Amino acid sequence: MAEDKRLMKGNEAIGESAIRAGCRAYFGYPITPQNELTAYMAKNMLDKKRTFIQAESEVSAINMVYGAAATGARAMTSSSSPGVSLKQEGISYACGADLPCVVVNVARSGPGLGGISPSQGDYFQATRGGGHGDYYHLVLAPKSVQEAADLTYLAFDLSEKWRMPVMILADGLIGQMMEGVSLPPPRDLGSLPKKPWAVGHQADSHRPINHVTSINLVPEELEAQNRKRFERYGEIKKAEIRFEEVNVDKADLIFVAYGTSSRVCLGALEMAKKEGIQLGLFRPISLWPFPEKRVAELAAKGKKFLAVEMSMGQMVEDVRLAANGKTDVHFYGRCGGVIPSEEEVLAEAYRLLGRKVGK
Amino acid sequence: MELAYGHPKSLKPIQSKYCPGCGHGVIHRLICEVVDELGLQERSVVTNPVGCSIWADLYFDFDSVGPAHGRTPAAATGIKRMLPDHLVICYQGDGDLAAIGTAEIIHAANRGEKFTTVFVNNAIYGMTGGQMAPTTLVGQKATTAPYGRDPIEAGMGYPIQVCELLATLGGTKYLARGSVNNAANIRKTKQYIKKAFEAQMRGEGFTMVEVLSPCPTNWQMAPVEAMTWLEEHMIPFYKLGEIKNTLEAASPQAEEAKR
Repeated sequence: MAEDKRLMKGNEAIGESAIRAGCRAYFGYPITPQNELTAYMAKNMLDKKRTFIQAESEVSAINMVYGAAATGARAMTSSSSPGVSLKQEGISYACGADLPCVVVNVARSGPGLGGISPSQGDYFQATRGGGHGDYYHLVLAPKSVQEAADLTYLAFDLSEKWRMPVMILADGLIGQMMEGVSLPPPRDLGSLPKKPWAVGHQADSHRPINHVTSINLVPEELEAQNRKRFERYGEIKKAEIRFEEVNVDKADLIFVAYGTSSRVCLGALEMAKKEGIQLGLFRPISLWPFPEKRVAELAAKGKKFLAVEMSMGQMVEDVRLAANGKTDVHFYGRCGGVIPSEEEVLAEAYRLLGRKVGK
Repeated sequence: MELAYGHPKSLKPIQSKYCPGCGHGVIHRLICEVVDELGLQERSVVTNPVGCSIWADLYFDFDSVGPAHGRTPAAATGIKRMLPDHLVICYQGDGDLAAIGTAEIIHAANRGEKFTTVFVNNAIYGMTGGQMAPTTLVGQKATTAPYGRDPIEAGMGYPIQVCELLATLGGTKYLARGSVNNAANIRKTKQYIKKAFEAQMRGEGFTMVEVLSPCPTNWQMAPVEAMTWLEEHMIPFYKLGEIKNTLEAASPQAEEAKR
């Protein structure tokens, strides 16, 4: 039974949702704008006698996750962009060792130390396997506090189902703002799926020994392992595509945007509607796998796309790949921590449609 | 007839890939003897470091986890926190522990993580082919210190005495340094490992046994010559013995209680 709504910050909702999903171990390091999440986990994980460690670095935090996940426990870490860069080594190892875990990126602006304001400049890093080697992992992008909670809860299940890290790609706005949220029901830790591949408790079953590792020095064997993993990626591309559409059938121009920038586009869409103009919104929720088939279908219908991002243009490349030359794909972006306004996004849409604002 | 001496059950009866005269094989055996004596084969997890002993999962007949280079203590932290009643052995070399993973070992030790680090110090990078390690002695040659480790002019720093470095940290309960250069020291090293494992299973705090070990291949010496070099150069600088022992069982009160 769903609980009453409560008002929560995105960062706290992610934390509470992770705990309810059965997260047994959380490892984090301070970085703005995700600090509420680490503090929430400190208080609430310790209260529940679960593991919380403030690690000495993001590098250590992801490797603690690696160790905890190797025992089959649900484990999570969170950070913001510069910290997530540091975690990429560990994410690559977790992908190579087929370990489930949840990594939250409450993204800020970059490159380098950049700023602490919201940004979507980590799309490439998140969706292309940000570390070394041939791999991908699921990436889910929430647009609201509610969705941040829901996707975090889902992320634990998906990570175990597909044996890979799942990244929640939020941004400073989603993490910091407060909204009403209905939280998912708490999971009984004992009811979570067993992990026959995990280390520990060999004495219970006298099973053969387990190794959790990404190493394989035999080229043909490693190639076979990678190919097998890519077959799984193919299955994921069929099963785990998530997106939301608003008014795409009537519209001639469709915004393509995720997370915070999709909220801005929705506002622009509503403004246009009042003026009798039909605009659409296509919002990828799974950034990897990207909903390429649906984008291709819309492109084939001759819909014009305007990708709107808080970056210099990253997701737009996936839109162009999916559209494959079938339609015009335009881009409008702000970066450095600037959130585009509904008015400027609408003005760009009108410009592309050959309309003047307010006419 | 009672078996007086045999192959440890938890060490697979196969030939190792280690070079002739390498110390890893002896150290693996000591660990396995203690694991067997404590009856923990099915309740042990070893983390293998990046380096020659990445092979350890071929030889230890219990569960293993292979973390990234230097991150071994962080991964062991995650494992032990989830499996507090298991024996977690964090096997590390000198490059892994004292160079790339310095932050991880210091903070795991300071938190008093309840696993045991077995730190194999051979004063050189083995697997990558003989580069200077943080524990390379002053004057010792390496591919990246072709004229010998020169702390002054070339600014190569000084060899790090890890036990002594960690001894100041509140979370460390037992830090011992052994060596595999002769039978007497091998036996002592085994006793250190046993004390550390027993302390771990009592949940006392961070325990580490450093083991001085020869690397004839990368020292470019014959095995016997390497043993002599270890005795003449390493042991005088890296003092053997229990560098820190604040285990409950070793406290004056505990000793008093025993009488």
